[in-house]
Amino acid sequence: MEVTADNTRSFYSEEGKYKGVFSWIFSTDHKRIGIMYLTAILSFFAIGVVLGLLMRINLISPGRFMGERTYNSVFTVHGVIQIFLFIIPGIPASLGNFFLPILIGARDVAFPRINLTSWWLYMTGGLMIVLSVFIGGGAPDTGWTFYAPYSIRTTANVSLALFGVILLGFSSIFTGLNFITTIHRLRAPGMTFFRMPLFIWALYATAWTQVLATPVLAVALMLIILERAFAIGFFEPALGGDPLLFEHLFWTYSHPAVYIMILPAMGIVTEIFPVFARRTIFGYKWIAFSSLAIAFFGYLVWGHHMFTSGMSDTARVIFSLITFMVAVPTGIKVFNWLATLYKGSIRLDSPLLFSLSFIFLFSLAGLTGLTIGTLSLNIYLHGTYFIVAHFHYTMFGGAGFAFFAGLHYWFPKMTGRMFNEKAAKTAWFIMFIGFNILYFTMFILGLQGMPRRYFQYQPRFQTNHIISTIGSWILAAGLIIMFWNLIRAIFRGEKAPMNPWGGKTLEWQIPSPPPKENFEKIPLIEHGPYKYD
Amino acid sequence: MTERGQAVESFGNKTYVVIWLCLLALTAATVAAAKLRFTDYAVIAAVGIATVKAGLVTTFFMHLRQEPLIIKIILFLVLAALMLIIGLTFSDVWFRYR
Amino acid sequence: MPAAELSENKAGHRVDYTGAKMGMWIFILTEILLFGMLFLLYSIFRFRYSPEFHSSATEMDLFLGTANTAILLTSSLTMAISIEAIRKGNKGLSMLCQFLTLVFGAVFLVNKYMEWGAHISHGIYPHSPQMEQMGRGKIMFYSLYYVMTGLHGLHVILGVFVIAGMLVFTARGVVNRHDFVKIENTGLYWHFVDIVWIYLFPLFYLIA
Repeated sequence: MEVTADNTRSFYSEEGKYKGVFSWIFSTDHKRIGIMYLTAILSFFAIGVVLGLLMRINLISPGRFMGERTYNSVFTVHGVIQIFLFIIPGIPASLGNFFLPILIGARDVAFPRINLTSWWLYMTGGLMIVLSVFIGGGAPDTGWTFYAPYSIRTTANVSLALFGVILLGFSSIFTGLNFITTIHRLRAPGMTFFRMPLFIWALYATAWTQVLATPVLAVALMLIILERAFAIGFFEPALGGDPLLFEHLFWTYSHPAVYIMILPAMGIVTEIFPVFARRTIFGYKWIAFSSLAIAFFGYLVWGHHMFTSGMSDTARVIFSLITFMVAVPTGIKVFNWLATLYKGSIRLDSPLLFSLSFIFLFSLAGLTGLTIGTLSLNIYLHGTYFIVAHFHYTMFGGAGFAFFAGLHYWFPKMTGRMFNEKAAKTAWFIMFIGFNILYFTMFILGLQGMPRRYFQYQPRFQTNHIISTIGSWILAAGLIIMFWNLIRAIFRGEKAPMNPWGGKTLEWQIPSPPPKENFEKIPLIEHGPYKYD
Repeated sequence: MTERGQAVESFGNKTYVVIWLCLLALTAATVAAAKLRFTDYAVIAAVGIATVKAGLVTTFFMHLRQEPLIIKIILFLVLAALMLIIGLTFSDVWFRYR
Repeated sequence: MPAAELSENKAGHRVDYTGAKMGMWIFILTEILLFGMLFLLYSIFRFRYSPEFHSSATEMDLFLGTANTAILLTSSLTMAISIEAIRKGNKGLSMLCQFLTLVFGAVFLVNKYMEWGAHISHGIYPHSPQMEQMGRGKIMFYSLYYVMTGLHGLHVILGVFVIAGMLVFTARGVVNRHDFVKIENTGLYWHFVDIVWIYLFPLFYLIA
């Protein structure tokens, strides 16, 4: 990968004062940082998947393979890893870091050393979370939501894990800060805000959310740590506190967090559709502004996670109303994507397959989101498998599949190699089937009344649990084929040309992989990003 | 300073000292007001005076006026968001803590 | 307006003055939210335990609180003057004022230490036997007091260290009349820390 198909030196070739591993972990090159993030993120994802598979194995026959306390820890660590170490950093830290400067015609981000610091914070936080599983009181067993009072009382290693998450929060804040400044200050001459690729708009809206929501999480988690250490009492009724206040603080971050997860994913599919339909994007400004609208409204709906926790009726009605409103900008995007594809010259390659299935899976997710946003229905469905299905459709079917779409789309640019297209399509198909068997069944289980986070269940649920577990194995098989295909291509794939898909954005005008400084000469931008005639 | 190395306008030490004296005066005023025991109004007045002081520090010491427009817009949005978050939380707390 | 090709400073790093200030302001926004959430908690518990908050405030040391307010406000002045000085190339005055800012910060911390010490010696600290006898409202007041002034104090400590670093940079010429954004950003941070105290002071000391 050090030398491209056109015989130029890429950013993989070593220069500078550090050698070997140090030329990577001390590098301030956004492309190297993006690759390091990508490797770490996908590794944590794999661990999270294994934990998920273990949960599903328990649920075929509860108690045969693990005890209750272990099960509680498995679902907690599964959630913490998949959310804080995979999906939230996910697209921005890996693909965002790699492509943001290139897509706006810059040589790097605004603060390259802060970028490296973000990565180091990420790795340290991840290490602490992993460590919390093995030392002291054992892995946290509170669920990834760490609700008081149990998170205060449990003897598990909550404080260490929370401190790790706080470090991850700072990593996220610094990345957001970096991206905002980069987008404002380092666009190439001629690239006005409305000539930027829409992936950049998505990263911009995400970055503001990262910056403005994550501090709230830091407060919430810091207060749990202080409560465990010093019994300050904010969440302790006997001392004058209120456990519901923790939920308020926690969800004031964690709801915007789901928009941190999905906005970049929407940005990726918005990039892919024009290329594989050979048409310019329909409704550029609508998509750009809807990203901002989603980010803004996302701040005002957090109470819909707390409908059954004892909040006042007034609050519940208000939050339900605003929750309905936040679906509108998302709907706008779906219409724009479909209009882009309509009567386009479709090339059904793997990036498009993943993006199309994103629309399907995320629409299902969104519609069920309206279901549980409805206050009356939520009373019944809260805390059931319906919720579990909903958020896996959004986070995995939505953000996850879009991430894989982006991986395939940008793989040739990042590695200078092409993967096997047939294997990619096969993997996609198997994953799609497995995913729906695994998670659609959970909608049914939820409607039937199966509660979430339960170690065991009434016999009437067993059949659906077995079906769901079989789905998990099919999905896992698909994931293995997909990653094996990509990893093999890194070492043995055909060398990729500069523009294998026929894209019009700036990354396709530089070699695959790009050279260290990205551009020989900073380009002058004279039109929008999706100019297909 | 701009990219070309020219100094942007600043306020000058005299202004800073004047603002500092205003801040000290406002501090004295707010302490005196507190001793008057108007209780409920006292909190609003105290926070109000604090906001004036914060505004002086932001405008003069932090040169907010000279910053790019996006910073001023976002600062406003952040404070608005904070108010909304406080308001929405109180829509719960107000009715439960009566 | 974008600044695609930027000049480089002495260390070879790209310099974008507007971008550097923007980054710092964004960081300050995150701090506004951080402290804002604690102020939210304060307003919730004050709403719930209004009389206990009033009476607890009478137990605070008004003199020390007011003195600390004056000290931080003055330190903001010296900070502003130090930046004005280096902008004009007056290295000596700038370093003197930076040093004074640092001293004021340290005095603030010493006062805080004495205040906390006094409360702790009277048995008023989280989870003390005495605290648990007091009513719930009082416990919430003091817990908020410790957490909020504690977090603020941590920020003051950090600020003192950063200003010390700026002093070294100024002495070495890394911060100079052509490239002083580092100390301007330090100033932004320090003024923010001052503003947080401007709000903390009335809410804990003046609501008696």
